[in-house]
Amino acid sequence: MAELLEKYLPNFMERIPEFLKSIVDTLKMVGISGAFVFVLGVFLGVLLITTKPGGILQKNAVYQVIDKVINAFRSIPFVILISLLLPLTRAIVHTSIGVKGAIVPLVIGTIPFFARQVEAALAQIDGGVVEAADALGMKPVDIIFKVYLREGIPSLSRATTITAINLLGLTAMAGAVGAGGLGDFAIRYGHNRYMTDITWVTTIVLIIFVCIIQIVGNFIAKRSTH
Amino acid sequence: MSSNTIIKLDAVNKTFETKSRTVEAVSDVSLQVLKGEIFGIIGFSGAGKSTLVRCLNMLEKPTSGYVVIDGIDITKLNKKALRKERKKIGMIFQQFNLMPSRTAFDNIALALYDSGLSKAEIKEKVDRLLEYVDLSDRAQSYPSQLSGGQKQRVAIARALANDPKILLCDEATSALDPQTTRSILNLLKRLNKELGITVVVITHEMNVIKRICDRVAVMESGKIVESGNVFSVFANPKEQITKDFIDTTSSLSEIYRLVEENDPIVDLLHGEVLVMMKFKSSTVSEPLISTVSKKFDVVCNILFGDLEIISGAPLGGTVGIFSGDDDNIGRAIEYLRNQDITVEVIKDGRAS
Repeated sequence: MAELLEKYLPNFMERIPEFLKSIVDTLKMVGISGAFVFVLGVFLGVLLITTKPGGILQKNAVYQVIDKVINAFRSIPFVILISLLLPLTRAIVHTSIGVKGAIVPLVIGTIPFFARQVEAALAQIDGGVVEAADALGMKPVDIIFKVYLREGIPSLSRATTITAINLLGLTAMAGAVGAGGLGDFAIRYGHNRYMTDITWVTTIVLIIFVCIIQIVGNFIAKRSTH
Repeated sequence: MSSNTIIKLDAVNKTFETKSRTVEAVSDVSLQVLKGEIFGIIGFSGAGKSTLVRCLNMLEKPTSGYVVIDGIDITKLNKKALRKERKKIGMIFQQFNLMPSRTAFDNIALALYDSGLSKAEIKEKVDRLLEYVDLSDRAQSYPSQLSGGQKQRVAIARALANDPKILLCDEATSALDPQTTRSILNLLKRLNKELGITVVVITHEMNVIKRICDRVAVMESGKIVESGNVFSVFANPKEQITKDFIDTTSSLSEIYRLVEENDPIVDLLHGEVLVMMKFKSSTVSEPLISTVSKKFDVVCNILFGDLEIISGAPLGGTVGIFSGDDDNIGRAIEYLRNQDITVEVIKDGRAS
C-alpha cells in the first residue's frame, strides 16, 4: 500500500506534515470566520426581515441602510475586497497574512451573502404565524427568538450549508494571497510546481469537506421539519 | 357607553396607501358589541371585514376613529399596554396559523410563556385546554399531523390560554368542510355560553351567522350597511346585499328562475295564484296554511319551502299555489298579510 502511494503520489507523500497543517489552517479559517459570520449574519438578516415595510419592527431608514450596504459589499469581488480591507485587517488583528489575516476579509466578504440568505430563509415563514404571535401579545424580541428563529431552523440550516461551502471556497482564494490552508498548498505545489498529485489530493479532501457540510446541513433541516 | 357594551367602534376608518391609489378598506364604521353575545360581521371578500376585525386588536391601526375595548380606548395605548390588552383578546384565523415546528401542546403553551405561571401550572392549564377542545389524545402531534378541524381546535385552545374576554374569529370555518364547520361552531357556542366569552365572527357564510350569531352586521365596500339581531335583519332585509346573502342559502328565490324558464311546475290553471310567503316577525305561532284553507275555503298546494329556526323562531317561507274562488284568494292573502307574513304574488291566473 505504502509503495503504491509512493509511486502515484510522490510529491504528496513527501509533504504530509505540511498537508496536515494546511487542513488545520483551512478548518481554523472556516470555523472562526464561520462563527462570526453566523452570529452577525443572523443578526443582520433578522434586522432586515423585521425592519422592512410591514415587519414587526418596521423602520424604513434602518432597512434601507442595511439593504444598500449589503448590496455594495456583495458587488465587490473577493480578491479585491481582501486588498481593500488590508488597513482594516492590520488594525484589527495586527497582521495581514496567515490565518489571522484571512479571517477579517473572510468575515466581511461572507456576511452580506449570508445575511441575504437569512433574510430569504425567514421570509419563507408564514406571515400568518407571525401575526398570530403578535395577536397573542408577544414581545418583538420573543417573536424573533420563539417564532422567526425557531420556525426558520430548517431553512436557516440550508442557508448555513450553502454559506459554509461558499466560505470553504473563499478560504482557498484567501490562501492564494498568503493565508495558508489547502488552497495555498494546492497552488504553491500543485499549480506553481506542476505537482499534479497534490492538486488531486487537495481536491478530494475539499470534496469530502463539502459532502460532510452538506450531509450535516440536510440532517438538521430534516430533523427540524415537522 | 353602557356597562353592557364590551366593544365599541366609533367612526373607524382605515385606508391603505399604495403608490397609485388610496384604498378605503374600512369606512366610518361605528358599532357596539354587547358583553356575552356572539356578534357576526358578514360580507363578501374584499368588503373590509378582515381589516375591521384586525382593528379590534390593533393588528391594523385605524387611520382615524376610536376602538374602545372594555372601557379602554386601545388606539391610544403604547406598545407595552397594547400587548397586555391583547392578552384579553383571543384570535383565530382561517389558516389556523399554528407554529409548524411545535406540537399541539407547545403551540398552546407558547401563549403562556410570560404569564408568570410555573412549568407545572402551564402543563396543567394546557392539558385542561386540550381537554376542553377535545384533543387530549393529540397533545404531542405536530400541526402537519392534524386535520383542519383539529388544527382549529388547537388554535382555539391557544386563543383561550390567557382567559380572554373576547374571541375574534377571522373566517375561522372558511377552510373547513361543512361537518367540521358545524363542530367548530358548536365549540364556539359552547365557550360563549360556558365561559362567557364575547365572540366576534367574521364570515362570508350565511350559515355561520344563522347557526351561532345573536346579532349581525352586513358589510359592503368598507361600510356597515345594515345591522341588528339576526332574525330581524334576515326576515326584513333592507339592502340588496343582505338579500343576496339570504339567497345564498335559501332556495326560495329559485321560483323566479322556474317562472322565467316556464317550467311546467309553475303552469297555472285558470283562477290559480302563485305566491311566495315569508315570515316577517318572530311572533307567528298559528298554523297559517291550515287556517287559511279552512277559513277562506282556499286550497294551497305547496311547491317548496325553506324554513329554519333562527334564534328560536322560524325564518324563511314557502312557495305555493292557491286555488279557489277569486275573491276568497284575495281575502286569504289579505289575512296572511295581517298576520305579519310577506305575501308576494308571483303569477296570477285569476280573471284579468
